[in-house]
Order: sequence, then C-alpha cells, then structure tokens
Amino acid sequence: MARKILLWLTLVLMMIALYMVFVYVPTEKEMGIVQRIFYLMVPAGWLAMLSFTIVFLGSILYLVKRVDKWDIIARSSSELGIVFTTMALIVGPIWAKPIWGVWWDWGTPRLPATLILWFIYLAYFMVRSFAAEESRGARFAAVVGIVGFVDIPIIALSNTLWQREQFQHPGALVFQGGLDPKMTLTLMVSIFAFTALYCLLLLLRVSLRNAEIEIRDLKELSD
Amino acid sequence: MNFWRKVIAITWKDALSEMRTREIIFSVLVFTLLVIVIFNFAFGTSQEVIVLVAPGSLWVTFAFAGVLSLNRAFIPEKEQGCLEGLMACPISREIIYVGKVVSSLLFMLIIEAIALPIFAFLFNLPMLSLQVITITVLTTVGFVAVGTLFSALAVNTKAREMVLPILFLPIVVPIIIGAVEASGLALAGESWASFSSWLGIIVAFDAIFLVASFLVFAFVVEE
Repeated sequence: MARKILLWLTLVLMMIALYMVFVYVPTEKEMGIVQRIFYLMVPAGWLAMLSFTIVFLGSILYLVKRVDKWDIIARSSSELGIVFTTMALIVGPIWAKPIWGVWWDWGTPRLPATLILWFIYLAYFMVRSFAAEESRGARFAAVVGIVGFVDIPIIALSNTLWQREQFQHPGALVFQGGLDPKMTLTLMVSIFAFTALYCLLLLLRVSLRNAEIEIRDLKELSD
Repeated sequence: MNFWRKVIAITWKDALSEMRTREIIFSVLVFTLLVIVIFNFAFGTSQEVIVLVAPGSLWVTFAFAGVLSLNRAFIPEKEQGCLEGLMACPISREIIYVGKVVSSLLFMLIIEAIALPIFAFLFNLPMLSLQVITITVLTTVGFVAVGTLFSALAVNTKAREMVLPILFLPIVVPIIIGAVEASGLALAGESWASFSSWLGIIVAFDAIFLVASFLVFAFVVEE
C-alpha cells in the first residue's frame, strides 16, 4: 500500500517537475536553454550525498547490531548512490561543455571530488564481491562505507583549497540566494521529486533483495 | 602502559621477521628507486621541468611504495597462519592494529629516509629540509593509518593484492593533494606559514583516520 502511494506521488511530482523545468521556469539570460540541466544536476548531486549518508548509517548499524536488514538497506542505497553519482558525472559535463568550453575541469573542486567519491563507492562493490562469504563481504563493505564517508569532508576541503579559479561553478549562487524565485521553486520541486524517486527505488530494491534472499534460502532447503 | 607494551611486542615481532627475511624494506626500496628513475625519463631532464614535477613524482612514488609495502603487512601472516595465532592472543584487536601501524610506519620511514636523499641527489633539489621531512613523516602516518586497515581487509579477500590499491588510492587523495602542494611550496623556499593550511589537512587526515581505522579494525579481522 505504502509503495503504491509512493509510486503515484513520485509519478505526479515528476510530471510537475518536468512541466516546471520545460515550460514554467524562464530561460536563463546568459546560458540559455542549457541552464535547464541544472534542475537535473542538483537533484542528482543531492541524491548522491543522501544515498551515501544512508550507506554510512546503515553500515554503522549493521556492524553494531549485526542485523541483515541494515546491510540490505546500505547495499541498496549504495547501488542507487552510484547511479546518481554517475548521472551527476554525465550531466555535469554536458552542461559544462557549452558554458565553459570544456567537458571537464580539474580546478573546479566539485568535479574531482565527485569523481573520487565515485571511485570509493566502486570499491565498496568490489570489496563485497571479492569476499569469500557473503557475511564477510557485508562486513568489509560496511567498513568501506564508513571510512569512505568519513573521507568526504576532507576530500571536499582539500579540493576546495586546491582549486585554481578558472571557471565559475554555479553551486555557490544557489546558497547566496542569487536565483530567480521561479527558478528556486522549480529546483525545490525537482529535488523533492527526485527524493521521492529515491525513496521508491530504495523500497523496491530492498524488497527485491529480501525476495532474493528468501528464494536462496528456499533453494538451500530443497537441496 | 600495558597497552603500549603489547603494541611494542607486535612491532618487535614484525621488525624481527623483517630483519631475517628482508622482504619489505629491501624490495620496496629498489622499487622506489626504479620509479624515480622512470619518472626522470618520463619528464625529461631540464631543471625547470624537474622543479615543476618533483613534488608530484615524489608523492606518486611514495604512494606506490606504500601500497607495495602495506600489502606485505598481512600477507605473510596469512600465509603462515600467523594471523590466527595473533587473533588467539589474549589482546584486543585494537592492539594488533596499533602494533601493525607502528611497524609499517617504521618500515616506510626507513625506506623514505633512504629514498629522499637519493631523490634529492638525482633531481638536484633541496629535499632534506626540515619542512620536507616534516611533511613526509606526517603524510606517511596517514598512509599507514588507512593502509593497515585496508591491508588487513584485502588479505581476507579472494583478490588479495588487487584490493589494497583500489581501496587505498581514492581514500588517500586528500592527503596526497596536501603533501604535493605543501612539498611544492617547501621546495620553492616558501615559509612554513605558506603551507600551514595544507599541513592542517594532512594532520586532520592523520587524526581522523587513525581514530576511524582504530574503531573499525576489529570488524575486518574477525573470523
């Protein structure tokens, strides 16, 4: 039941977000139509952070309580996290190419920091698959989930210090309130829609995982 | 007091086995020197270029040397079944971690103490200043803090040697940025104040990862 409600909520919100992004919101004066990627880029970045925060919390709870439920949540969230990080890494350069003239710029802190994040969570998956038993893999992944998350602030800080101001990343603009009210509203709706999507996907992934485990247990019983 | 006596016992055991086998220090040192030589060919011989690339090549070299030597921290233990012996000792897992950190730190510092003068000699740079040595020691502490945790993790997986670099390199990115920038400034003859924020990042990284690894180490070695 909850899943049905969430599904419809996500669908409606996504439709509204799409309408707002393509029809309602005014086109940005200098960047033109490309700027609309912004309403996809920011939610992707936000969901990347959200999912890795959930991975971090799930990993701690798993290590402390040793209940499989927490590992399943952390694992499902990490899968979504890597999807949304990948999305941010793809969508970002598509925006950057027409605006900056280059796909990628190492000097803008958010770019390399996101890439490193992506690598850390790639390692999260690899460690799990390299472990001999599943429970051990879960433990190792949890350790990586914790250590990797602790690393994020330092990565962000060191990349910020390291930056060579060549291009202007619009990230700061949002927090300074330099955004048209219509744009702010559209962004908020878009973030909300994507967060609902995240919740829905997480719910689906967790129940899928539970079904997988159930089938495996049944198979073991029949052997 | 008792804590450190046990730590020193583990470190002493490692030092003794290293003195008998000469497995880590000698082979990693040769590897380090080879990397330095290869970098020289890769970047040409003009002094201006060398000044530009020296901090980067120094830290790439030490990061690779770190991966190589930290990989050996647990592999011999595993091969000879010593890890089980260590685990059966009436000591906490944390003591094993600290003991391993101290011995790996010792080995790394010995390697660097030999490699730095050679680096200075081959690259014709003032590497042996107090500044560069401080940066090197602090960064090595960070390498070893993270590396020991991941080395223990890697040895319990199927892929073994492959796992450590995949985990280690993305996590140590912030400290490598810090070390490269700080040693670049130090080599250019700048004052301590000019790279104090980089030193701050290095020290923060050391502190955070010594604590985080200390806390999660038990979950990695558990059977």
